[in-house]
Amino acid sequence: MPLSKGNVLVPSRKRGASTSLNPRRKLKVPYLFIFLCMLPWILGFILFTAYPVAASFYESFTKFNLVESPKWIGLENFHRMFFDDPDFWKAIKNTLWISVISIPLRIAFATFTAWILTKPTRGMKFYRTLFFLPAMVPTVAATLSFTYIFNPAYGTINSILESIGIKNPPFWFMDPHWSKWGLILLGLWGIGDTMIIYLAGLLDVPKSLYEAASLEGANSWQEFRYVTMPLITPVIFFSAVTGIIGSFQYFTQAYVASGQVRDYSHSMYFYATHIYTEAFRAYEMGYASALAWVLLVITLLCTLVMLSTQKRWVHYPNGSLFK
Amino acid sequence: MSLLLTDPSKYTDPEAKKRRRQRIWREFLYTVANHSVLITLSVIFMLPLFFVVSTSLMTYSQASARAIWPHPFVWNNYVSVFTAVPFLKWTLNTLLVSALGTIGTVVSSVPPAYVLARLRWKGRGATFVVILATMMLPGQVTMIPVYVIFSKMHWIPSLYPLIVPAFFSSAFSIFLLRQFFTSIPDEISDAARIDGCSEMKLLLKIIVPLAKPAISAVALFSFLGSWNDFSGPLLYIVDNPDIWTLGIGLALFRGVHTVQPNMMMAASTLFMLPVIIIFFLSQKVFIEGVTLTGVKG
Repeated sequence: MPLSKGNVLVPSRKRGASTSLNPRRKLKVPYLFIFLCMLPWILGFILFTAYPVAASFYESFTKFNLVESPKWIGLENFHRMFFDDPDFWKAIKNTLWISVISIPLRIAFATFTAWILTKPTRGMKFYRTLFFLPAMVPTVAATLSFTYIFNPAYGTINSILESIGIKNPPFWFMDPHWSKWGLILLGLWGIGDTMIIYLAGLLDVPKSLYEAASLEGANSWQEFRYVTMPLITPVIFFSAVTGIIGSFQYFTQAYVASGQVRDYSHSMYFYATHIYTEAFRAYEMGYASALAWVLLVITLLCTLVMLSTQKRWVHYPNGSLFK
Repeated sequence: MSLLLTDPSKYTDPEAKKRRRQRIWREFLYTVANHSVLITLSVIFMLPLFFVVSTSLMTYSQASARAIWPHPFVWNNYVSVFTAVPFLKWTLNTLLVSALGTIGTVVSSVPPAYVLARLRWKGRGATFVVILATMMLPGQVTMIPVYVIFSKMHWIPSLYPLIVPAFFSSAFSIFLLRQFFTSIPDEISDAARIDGCSEMKLLLKIIVPLAKPAISAVALFSFLGSWNDFSGPLLYIVDNPDIWTLGIGLALFRGVHTVQPNMMMAASTLFMLPVIIIFFLSQKVFIEGVTLTGVKG
């Protein structure tokens, strides 16, 4: 190994390093070793991130159908998006609708399930496993199962609803007005991974605060509202940001479900579906790149807005986002 | 307890006795309330899985008639599913992609995470910020140029686009491993270095064995990520049914052929079964991984 000599870290003897308390200061930085270690990431970054980001930025100003080389058309793609593409607005509308409804619901449900799991009860680990399990189910399997279970003719959900006295239960995925609710329920069912993050946040709340609250005579609700809530705002903040970003990339569930029920009215047509359709159905690669860049800008804007408003409502016990 | 010991009147005073009984009663009610909420939630979480499994054991006529409990139990569905659809082929393809993808991710993410966590060098902070930024980057932005690269290499349709990128490390895995490597005390490395241990040996012989929990979490996440992936295969393998994965097979087969719902549910059960078994075997690793990074997969 001719390389190894440069990589071996020996403390310099001249300075009497063996007595030093901090040997690292005397060590040579093994740049070759560092470079070789970083190499897979560097290559991957250039091939699969840096070049593609630049290329899609360029392509967003072109007409490009994969066969011919991209043709520069200036801002035409962006003009088309806002003034000449009803599907774009449909996708935006659906995406905003599902974000506005599902993000608060998810936060509330994750907080509630995590909170109930922090109560000292027997079998807590067992319940935690059960609550988490659905999050493990592969998205495609979960979506197929839900479209079947919620099917008005075959599925069991509606027969349960009818037996408890609900006369005309919704047709769920079959009904354009209810299909998004089916997707929301599917999302809530797989809340497990979000719940685990909330659970970790809740278990971090110091016990002494609860003791202090109960000495002051706080009831359960006050305890939750004035002790627990403020201390988990960082987690809520985090999941709100990732929730908004995620809903603009929401794809698999909607794609699989709309394929199952033949969603002609495009009630499950979201922003990411639109990008996919333009790119790989219509082969409008240039236009799809423009859509993807708008997605990136929306993502950045949402993150910035959230970051700039966080001072008002997010309490960091350690005083910063990064510990 | 100390209160009870220092105050014997607690046992004799009827008022105190009453208060004590009330307290026990209250605690009992509290426990009952707690468990009823927990049990209700458990039923809600488990019900869909129950319906899927029970439908998978029904006859076709039962499955299309809103039945809840199979009668008779058609265990044979689990055999027929292999002939009704090319299920074995899909499973092997999925296994191949997931196994190679996992090896690639681990092998190519441990070294960058190591030098980011445990060596000091110029540009380290900046590199880490870039890695975090790539984690935030929506996949849709890079999707089209990457597709063009693979199509120019004539890799579409093939499984290569699903496997090869894993060997160029994943930002998420680097991040998770780095968080763990940082928590290993510096003294361990310093001691090894003073004894003349090379960085390579230090990484492989000391840090990797210590970081087994984090490495298993990364392996687990990347295996599950490939197993569950749908959008990648949708772009790269749809045109060749011979290399379909389970996700693509189950989602698209219905569009071409009619599949009975009981078969569909049997196939779905088989699709989720390995994942659920893995989860039960490695629950601790899994939950620690989610908690450490705040993200799944």
